[in-house]
Amino acid sequence: MDNKRRKFIGDSLKTAGAVGVGSLVLGLYSGQSRALASQAIRPPGALAEDDFLGACVRCGLCVRDCPWDTLKLAQLFDPVALGTPYFTARKTPCEMCEDIPCVVACPTGALDHSLTDINDSRMGLAVVIDQEGCIAFQGLRCEVCYNVCPVQGKAITIETQTNNRTGMHAKFIPVVHSSDCTGCGKCEQACIVDGESAIKVMPLKLAASGGSPHYRQGWKEKEKAGGKSLVAPDAEHKFNLPEGVEYDYAGEGLIIKDKTKKPEAVSVPQLEQKTKDSPFSENPLDTLNKKGGL
Amino acid sequence: MGVANAKKGFKPGQEAIAKKGWLLAHKWLILRRLSQFSILALFIFSPWIAEKTEVWLIKGNLASSLTLDVIPLTDPYVLIQSILAGSWPVFTGVLGALIVAVFYFLVGGRVYCSWVCPINIVTDVAAWLRTKLKIKGGAQIGRNTRFWVLGFTLLLALITGSIAWELINPVSMVFRGLTFGMGFAWGVILAVFLLDFIVSRRAWCGSLCPVGAFYSLLGSQSMMRINAYQREQCDDCMDCFLVCPEQQIIKNPLNGAAKGFHSMITSSQCTNCGRCIDVCTEDVFRFETRIPFKKIPMLNQPSDSEKLTQTQEVVS
Repeated sequence: MDNKRRKFIGDSLKTAGAVGVGSLVLGLYSGQSRALASQAIRPPGALAEDDFLGACVRCGLCVRDCPWDTLKLAQLFDPVALGTPYFTARKTPCEMCEDIPCVVACPTGALDHSLTDINDSRMGLAVVIDQEGCIAFQGLRCEVCYNVCPVQGKAITIETQTNNRTGMHAKFIPVVHSSDCTGCGKCEQACIVDGESAIKVMPLKLAASGGSPHYRQGWKEKEKAGGKSLVAPDAEHKFNLPEGVEYDYAGEGLIIKDKTKKPEAVSVPQLEQKTKDSPFSENPLDTLNKKGGL
Repeated sequence: MGVANAKKGFKPGQEAIAKKGWLLAHKWLILRRLSQFSILALFIFSPWIAEKTEVWLIKGNLASSLTLDVIPLTDPYVLIQSILAGSWPVFTGVLGALIVAVFYFLVGGRVYCSWVCPINIVTDVAAWLRTKLKIKGGAQIGRNTRFWVLGFTLLLALITGSIAWELINPVSMVFRGLTFGMGFAWGVILAVFLLDFIVSRRAWCGSLCPVGAFYSLLGSQSMMRINAYQREQCDDCMDCFLVCPEQQIIKNPLNGAAKGFHSMITSSQCTNCGRCIDVCTEDVFRFETRIPFKKIPMLNQPSDSEKLTQTQEVVS
């Protein structure tokens, strides 16, 4: 009897040990599997990745109820935890259905059922990731991402920049705003460049920085304080100009108070070894008078 | 016993075919395959039917599904892992799990294994081939290993906060693969087949699978059981023993009359596959119902010395 009991306990311990070792390996692997590839985007309302992997039962009901065949279940060797739903924006983006059928279908809390307005979903955040590739940065007109954006005019705005190459044109640069971008990926799909898109939806944990809350932005502080600046005004800059002449740094340039009187050339001590091919005039006023970019 | 077996070689069921005809000798096997394949077909063709008729017969997979857009069904085992991982399910998930749990509680937990699970087809083929090719022996894997695996999968969910087991679960992987796209899940089918064919007989379903372990616990009091109700007619041909996926459970109900064992197979490891009924020429077995939690009495109280032997047998 004692021997049998000893054998039974011994066998049990051996089994427990073997299964335990297997579980340890699986446990470590499960940690590895949390690394969601950045090209894979979770459906709307998906919990943060760690919580999502505890909640999703891999049933595919969201996939079946997606009217656009956007969602897929991860298969072996996909860079996503096995059996969980995701989509690839460059191929098929989320169409942002108003009734969010995927969330309604979810039998667990993996897709948050409190999400009722699709505009509140945050599947990721679009990032203009390849500024060299984006033709807007080359000075060409495109704005395709801006035009396909379902939260148009809010999630992506077009902001102008001086085109320094021509000196006389503007660049129409797409700028993404995390306050409104849902991460649907329509922009990534529509981007006109070859191959990988120049604008990509990235997981929020990658794309959204922590910001800089420790900086106080003077202009905002001023607004908050009802227009009263919190810092003393800057001391006025002295330009060492001839009498009757002022200079406005903020854009107006040279201001001649007495219009009748032409300012005389300021006598500047000539540099002795002045190189002849200098692009600058010998009279520094000429440079100051030149408007526009430097 | 041994003589009869040696005479017939390794072809269990031959006598039954000769006596009852092929169809009757495979009745429950055919019904089981029909059940397994039609459940699969239902899941696979539903999206296609829905495209034509806009009626969803069933969608999802075995982890969780919705029948006719009304009835939710959820695998209680995966739901428990999800809850242990720290997630609270929504109402449909819980309701679905309750429906499934009640069903298997009544008809026998491991009915899931033999009537629903797609892996069972693979392991049955492996076991059939082993018998056919007279492959014997192999690694010894304790029958109770599955309960350890079950325990550790639950523990892993608790510790890692994710349903870790679903990363490698061949059962859900194959079913999901067949319904949502297979990818490399064929490799997993092959792995389970090779395990059962080469490493050890019935290794996956009989020793390792925690899904089966969970459902056997769920159905331990099930109403539906196989009864060796005419065991006195048994001619010791061993056919039922050879085809049974859980051989250890047949012995006492079939041959234990002298020791006072009831003829009903009460072990929760019985999958209610009915293969023993198929291959028996003497009509020893049949499906019967019983009342859950009602203790089935020993026929005649064994003497103390016999009790001791039984305990030892159970332990060993």
